[in-house]
Amino acid sequence: MRPAVRTALSASLLSCGVCHLLVRRPRGAAEPAGHCPRCGAALHSRKPNSIARTWALVIAAFVFYVPANVLPITKVTSLGATQSDTIMSGVIYFIRSGMWPIALVIFVASIFVPLVKLLILMLLLISVQRRSRWRPKDRTRLYRITEAIGRWSMVDIFVVTILVALVHLGALANIEAQPGAVFFAAVVVITIFAAMSFDPRLMWDVKEPQDECEYPA
Amino acid sequence: MPVAHLMACHDCDLLHRLPAIPEGMTGSCCRCGAVLAKPKRNSVERSLALAITGLVLFVLANSFPFLGFKVQGQVRETLLLTGIEQLYLQDMRLVAVLVFITTVLAPLAQLLSLLYILLPLKLKRPAPGMFLVFRRLRNIEPWSMMEVFMLGILVSVVKLAKMAQIIPGTAAYCFMALIFVLAACMASLDPHQVWDRWEGTR
Repeated sequence: MRPAVRTALSASLLSCGVCHLLVRRPRGAAEPAGHCPRCGAALHSRKPNSIARTWALVIAAFVFYVPANVLPITKVTSLGATQSDTIMSGVIYFIRSGMWPIALVIFVASIFVPLVKLLILMLLLISVQRRSRWRPKDRTRLYRITEAIGRWSMVDIFVVTILVALVHLGALANIEAQPGAVFFAAVVVITIFAAMSFDPRLMWDVKEPQDECEYPA
Repeated sequence: MPVAHLMACHDCDLLHRLPAIPEGMTGSCCRCGAVLAKPKRNSVERSLALAITGLVLFVLANSFPFLGFKVQGQVRETLLLTGIEQLYLQDMRLVAVLVFITTVLAPLAQLLSLLYILLPLKLKRPAPGMFLVFRRLRNIEPWSMMEVFMLGILVSVVKLAKMAQIIPGTAAYCFMALIFVLAACMASLDPHQVWDRWEGTR
């Protein structure tokens, strides 16, 4: 008879989140169930309060997303004339001047990616809370995508940094950062923390592992 | 009590009994496809060599002029840190700190922790607190964003192209090389081999 395929949780084992050492769970231990004997990291069978934390961060990111897009991120002063730019007006400027590849980069990195990331995290959170069995492998893949793409949203913050460094020519031309940049940076940081606090293993906890794998573990 | 012969998938928690995986091959989870093990040849030596290279490039990238900006005869040369300083002076302290962490501090911390872990290991004398440093290294990794900064440079260059000429300085080339070196360094680091070496020296 084929041995039943099991998860670390069902076998009363703990997997160290840092060095991946498997440790037998002490009987009746509360979370955190001690520390990893090899690397000393706190051991949890699942990330602590994953759902609540991720929801809190997702909602916070949505709140900051509004001022990040409404408030200007830069102010250009050139020969006495001033012009404030939001993220979207920057995109529109690039489209108007025919530089649509750059417009696309900014639009995808600054507007599309944060929003899609938040929507995916919401979808994953709701699916876990409804104990959905719908395509866990694809949902895990979605999670990996959100983890990987978040950092690229920082590009607009870096552009502002480079612009304020270079365009600092007194009365001739000057670029200053504006409050929108702070909110936008907050959105990026909060969504990165949100992706970190979500535990993809929760999506698999409702599954019976036996009917999944071809090879017994 | 550790269980040596098994491993749990970090994405779906399925238990695996991993066979010895040959170098250059990837062991993935059969249920969710996560990469479980990816042994590399001479992992410790390669990562160490790349970390030292990275440190040299890091020093160069932060000391030479980064970008020059030429408009109507005026040339303004900036360092990597100039933008951060400007943001700080314009009362954008949080943003300045964030940019400083993601482009300067995190990469430096990454390189130094790699050096701290790998050099003593190579000399068969593991450093005290090696695991603590390794844990911090894992925490730092997501915040090291030099490649994103590079994209930021490209966008800025295009944005300012009509207004002035941008001259990349020595530091800009070092910075670009550092991105590849650091990526290669992290990719060639195989934690399992680090643990094995560590156990071998005890």
